[in-house]
Amino acid sequence: MPLLEVRNLQVRVEEREILHGLSLVVNKGEVHAIMGPNGSGKSTLSHVIAGKPGYEVTGGEILFEGEDLLAMSPEERSAKGVFLAFQYPVEIPGVTTMTFLRTALNAQRKARGQTEFLVPDFLRKVRKVADSLNIPMDMLKRGVNVGFSGGEKKRNEILQMALFEPSLCILDEMDSGLDIDALRVAADGVNALRSPDRAVVVITHYQRLLNYIVPDFVHVMSKGRVVKSGGKELALELEASGYARFDDAA
Amino acid sequence: MNVVLAKTDTGRALSDSFALARARLPGAGKVADLRRQAFDAYERAGLPHRRIEDWKYTDLRVLMREVLPLAAAPDRAALTRADAALKLHAIKSVRRLVLVDGVFAPKLSDTADLENGLGIRTLREVLEGGDAALQAQLFTPDNSDSMVALNSAMVTDGLVIEVADGAVLTQPLHIVHIASGGTPAAMFTRSLLRLGKAAGATLVESYIATEGAKAYQVHDSLVISIGDDARLHHVRLIEDGREAFNISSAVVTLGAHAHFNTFGMTSGASVSRYQAVVVFAGKGSRVETNGVNLLNGRQHADTTLFLDHAVPNCASREIFRAVVDDRGHSVFQGRIIVRPGAQKTDAKMMTRALLLSDEAEADNKPELEIFADDVTCGHGATTGALDESLLFYLRARGLSETEAQALLIQAFVGEAIESIVNDDLRELAIAAAQRWLAARG
Repeated sequence: MPLLEVRNLQVRVEEREILHGLSLVVNKGEVHAIMGPNGSGKSTLSHVIAGKPGYEVTGGEILFEGEDLLAMSPEERSAKGVFLAFQYPVEIPGVTTMTFLRTALNAQRKARGQTEFLVPDFLRKVRKVADSLNIPMDMLKRGVNVGFSGGEKKRNEILQMALFEPSLCILDEMDSGLDIDALRVAADGVNALRSPDRAVVVITHYQRLLNYIVPDFVHVMSKGRVVKSGGKELALELEASGYARFDDAA
Repeated sequence: MNVVLAKTDTGRALSDSFALARARLPGAGKVADLRRQAFDAYERAGLPHRRIEDWKYTDLRVLMREVLPLAAAPDRAALTRADAALKLHAIKSVRRLVLVDGVFAPKLSDTADLENGLGIRTLREVLEGGDAALQAQLFTPDNSDSMVALNSAMVTDGLVIEVADGAVLTQPLHIVHIASGGTPAAMFTRSLLRLGKAAGATLVESYIATEGAKAYQVHDSLVISIGDDARLHHVRLIEDGREAFNISSAVVTLGAHAHFNTFGMTSGASVSRYQAVVVFAGKGSRVETNGVNLLNGRQHADTTLFLDHAVPNCASREIFRAVVDDRGHSVFQGRIIVRPGAQKTDAKMMTRALLLSDEAEADNKPELEIFADDVTCGHGATTGALDESLLFYLRARGLSETEAQALLIQAFVGEAIESIVNDDLRELAIAAAQRWLAARG
């Protein structure tokens, strides 16, 4: 059974249809890249998978390990193992990152019927992951993402991903706003999470990121559909020729 | 103004009540005269209503309608119930001073082994004794506000606490007001805290009720004088029963280079009003007056502050946060006056309200009156709902909608709570906020 199966998905925002029958199959152990120009519907797809309000699904379905994902609340999806690394992580003044991480991790564990982490175990786990991502512990005592640089915010997303150990990681434009060093650190963090039990979906505008996170499959989106799928060489092809010809195909 | 008609029934009932109660009210001679004058002032004005600017948003003729009869002195059963309620609201390592149904309860209080420089008496003792200066100070609040006048007329007990020059108390004082909740009744209390020069103290006031208390009314007032170079940390927690009324007034006077840090949180009572006047009477003093309202159901809570910058070089900070759910109604009125000559005044006020339902209401009324030309003053007010994008972020990380809301609400009130200087008291306020959030479900 695929980990994620998107079948003929149609999505509207207000009166405008953004996705017009999109299909995608992702199995455990695979890394998929979804590429496409601005406005092709890449972020909409990631938001609908995560359960963001404001999108109306008018057709099709999304199955996660065979279950109807669209019937689940965002928190249920999270507990099942769906993780979206946000393109624009929000700032939450007044809630320290540590409090947030512990509350979130324990909420997910509770929903899965697991016991809550004790504080010392939790701290040990966070410290280990933070070290690997060059995140100083002091940063985690501040409000969530408050005063963080773009790179720090993205690293904080990867930190959460490593901590929560989801089975499906969706990275929405992880490379936006990152310089090359920050990108490398973030990509190393993602690569460390590649495993036969987990799938990664990388949404990106540029091929650059795929030099660091090498995908097994590349899908090109245009005007709300996947118009072409292939191996990692498709990304290089795109880099050379641009998106224009796919727009014609759509 | 048609006051005669408006107060006919309830006014007469209260007149009778005052006549009946007089025998129980401590103080003769001058004190009795002051009471009479105060009662006359109250009778002329009646309950405050919306046409009185200060009470615009809290019309007691509509909300309260009548003043209940004076509560009976607590009997043994009432004291037993109060003791049980106290156990639920105990604070570690404080000196507890308990008023049950408006009467000091020595057996529930801790008045032994007073620290050097600390004096504690009951209001009754002071009004019945001969200390004219203290009696005069107790009647500092004037009769221009009719609820203050009513309190002056009817006050039965309270605490008179004096901290000598140079005495810095290590143990916080905790005044607990408990309604034993037997029959619907009103309690009238007044306390005085006098800090000498370079003295220091921490005062906590809690307003609670026994389990299942019926409608009751708290009419309380507080007179505080803070000497030169003295400092007072003050926390008020209003956790009255859900059918209760709590009308409290405070008059605070600061000497020079004094510091007053005060925080109030209202999560209980049906209708509450806290009105405080803070007067800077000496140069170089500093005040932080912060507060939080946590309201739901049909709760109404009004905080009305008046900061009087009468002298130069003083600073004041006001941070107020309201969280309002269901059909709750939060009112914040903050008036700052900078009098002529009060140069180098630094006064800032920020009030924010978070509305959790379509029917919740928050009224913020900041007022600045500045009569000096070399000052830094500012105010801001915002009202809004919880940020949907923050809620989604938290839910996408596994928090339920309720948990996500609770975390964001805690963060919202956090800035005001963080201003509490004393660590234990800050924890106490956080715990009270968490109780409210937990009860919300």
